[in-house]
Amino acid sequence: MPQLDQILGTYASQIFWLLVVFGTIYLLIGKGMLPKVEQTIEARDRQIAEDLAAAERARVAAADSEHGWQDALEAGRNEAMRTTQAAKDAAAKASAIRLADVDVALHAKLAEGEAAVQKALASAQADLESVGSELTGDLVARLSGATITDAKISKTVKAVMGNA
Amino acid sequence: MAAEGGKIDPMHQFMVEPLFGNSLTLGGYNIAFTNSALWMVLTLVAIWVFMLGGMKRELVPGRWQAAVEGASSFVSNMVHANIGPEGKKFTPYIFSLFMFILVANVLGMMPVGIVPHVHPFTVTSHITVTGVLAIVSFSMVLIVGFARHGLHFFSLFVPHGTPALMLPLIVPIELISFLIRPFSLGLRLFVAMTAGHILMKVLAGFVIGGLNAEAAWVAPVVGLPVFVLMVGISVLELLVCAIQAYVFALLTSLYLNDAVNLH
Repeated sequence: MPQLDQILGTYASQIFWLLVVFGTIYLLIGKGMLPKVEQTIEARDRQIAEDLAAAERARVAAADSEHGWQDALEAGRNEAMRTTQAAKDAAAKASAIRLADVDVALHAKLAEGEAAVQKALASAQADLESVGSELTGDLVARLSGATITDAKISKTVKAVMGNA
Repeated sequence: MAAEGGKIDPMHQFMVEPLFGNSLTLGGYNIAFTNSALWMVLTLVAIWVFMLGGMKRELVPGRWQAAVEGASSFVSNMVHANIGPEGKKFTPYIFSLFMFILVANVLGMMPVGIVPHVHPFTVTSHITVTGVLAIVSFSMVLIVGFARHGLHFFSLFVPHGTPALMLPLIVPIELISFLIRPFSLGLRLFVAMTAGHILMKVLAGFVIGGLNAEAAWVAPVVGLPVFVLMVGISVLELLVCAIQAYVFALLTSLYLNDAVNLH
């Protein structure tokens, strides 16, 4: 086995070169390059964590703003409903007032008309009575020759018309 | 793979040979640049190139960057799970250990032997290398343990709730199991890689021997099944490469946990 047969002749060279090479690896790679690689990994992990946190913050903010938007929407809808209701109420009130006004005016007009009709009726009745009385007087005078006072005639006519 | 007398020597792959002469010395020790050193440097270069893909530092990683980040977070998660938040300062060491063993294992499995005169070499199949790594890990445990807990670190050998009567028996057992750690750590990787590569070479010897056999029936009857078996064993070996790197890094972090948190 050369590892043991040659050991006395080669141990110094092997140990020397091993220490040189391994020392170089330790200083150049282990101490020099490895920390940079580890820093890169740590920086990436940190960045990922930060990005995740930022995304979480953005998500919360979005949820908040969505909430706010929903609230605003709700408020707007309520406001609109209130306004509509108020307008409806006002319109109903206004139309009720107008309706009442119109009602009063109509009633007045109706009363006026009725009064006119009543008056016309009364005057027509009066005319009718006077015409009846005259006619009755004439008829009595022509048929019997008797002259009856107007007062008696009109009383009788009135009585007859009242019975009719 | 030296063919000596038509035979393939499965041990030749572990030979350490100087590439640029044997004259380089440091303080009287021979530190020649060998094939072993070359494959260590190749491991370093491979890890460096791999890690370069992680230097783009994009927010959305590409495939390469994702692979680098996957490897580094695999190790840092393992360290965090075993040692806790205080283990963060050991991550560079565990990561270097894991990547070095993994890449060295995998590079040793690369079929570069099909290019003439290029021989793959598995750095981690040498007890010298795995032993040094184990000793470094174990020394780290001792240094951290005594630095953090002082002599109280010895209470590691007294598990919670041990009756006083049992102490003479428990303490030596715990002490031995503690002291055996660097050996088991280093030997496990060395043995796993060595055994795997020997098995591969022996099987490859069967395939080549079958093809070269004078009797025509040997190739389909011996060579083909062994070749199919080799494909399976290669996949298994790749799995072992990853598992051994993981086990080494995992055990190191577990031992460091003992030193840092002291049960």
